[in-house]
Amino acid sequence: MFGPALIIFRETIEAALVISIVAAATRGVSRRTLFIVLGVLAGMLGSGLLAGLTETIADLAEGSGQELFNAAVLGIAVLMLGWHHVWMASHGAELARDAKRVGVQVSEGAAGLSAIMILVTLTVLREGAESVLFLHGMASGGGTSFADVFGGGALGFSGGAALGALMYFGLMRIPLKWFFSVTGWLIVLLAAGLAGQMARFLIQADWLPSLISPLWDTSFLLSANSLPGRILHAMVGYEPSPSAMQMLFYVVTLGLILLSASAVKRHHAAPAAIASKPSQA
Amino acid sequence: MKHRLIAVTLGLLPLLSVAANDIAITIKDHTFSPAEVRVPAGQKVKLVIENQDATAEEFESTELNREKVIAPKSKATVWIGPLKPGKYSFMGEFNQATAKGVVIVE
Repeated sequence: MFGPALIIFRETIEAALVISIVAAATRGVSRRTLFIVLGVLAGMLGSGLLAGLTETIADLAEGSGQELFNAAVLGIAVLMLGWHHVWMASHGAELARDAKRVGVQVSEGAAGLSAIMILVTLTVLREGAESVLFLHGMASGGGTSFADVFGGGALGFSGGAALGALMYFGLMRIPLKWFFSVTGWLIVLLAAGLAGQMARFLIQADWLPSLISPLWDTSFLLSANSLPGRILHAMVGYEPSPSAMQMLFYVVTLGLILLSASAVKRHHAAPAAIASKPSQA
Repeated sequence: MKHRLIAVTLGLLPLLSVAANDIAITIKDHTFSPAEVRVPAGQKVKLVIENQDATAEEFESTELNREKVIAPKSKATVWIGPLKPGKYSFMGEFNQATAKGVVIVE
């Protein structure tokens, strides 16, 4: 029972951490809980469907269908995170101010909330489909009782969810002064990490060269299989031995999101400065 | 395809355009055979992994920086390399007790 639990735990933590960061980052946005819950439910339903389609997808593109599918899913997730971060950059001050007043919420447009929902759905989908395949294999492989499969799955899932909850409540304790800067950075690093993973799948499919691989190797310091390694992988895209192409995707994504956010911020700040002049006179 | 374009444009790594060597690995009863695969250093290699079991397996190697789910009774392609000489272990994540293997690059 503990073997299966461990595997499900590892599949769950990535999605749980992503959801906790997104949930914290959208603090004070009305209807955010509804959209996140809908995203999780859609992702769970989709996981079953995707698990059933594994073979069909794998056979596409000369046996590299799974990599291309994953890369596409990650690419969309990066876009959604980038969009959200840029939206936050223009509303961050408003949110920070209103978060202090109980009951006051900023309404993010349906488009922004849909971006969050799509991101959550895709995250749950990717990890969920693997969990479904694993548990299905356990259940049909014989030698394992139903209780072991079900109990192990539930235990691992609860463990992953608990870690996500811990992260969420930990983030919520950050003083408001720094809160949105911290969650903003977490969102940007999350997006960069997912872009790096996207590059890895494209390399695995032979659609991109690795350029230099590995660029460095820090597995002796922090292994990718350890719990801290997994958590850092999920949150900031830590990889002990990344290729140069992965780093390129990471850095370019990071730079593009930061530049767009600061451009939008300046655009929003300019009219406000002009408007405040007459009142000072 | 794209990758070849890039390689040609950059005019580097002529090795990449050399026809890759396919290496077949079979998964049966949750074990890899061969469990030890020898590949040349500095070249890309195409691993063709056939899962003959009735359950899915996830080919995973943190050392090779690869992971891929392989459906029951089906084949999957995983490209690796170019690699430096050394040993790179891989495993079947869904059956870690038995599904173990190593890529030896020389």
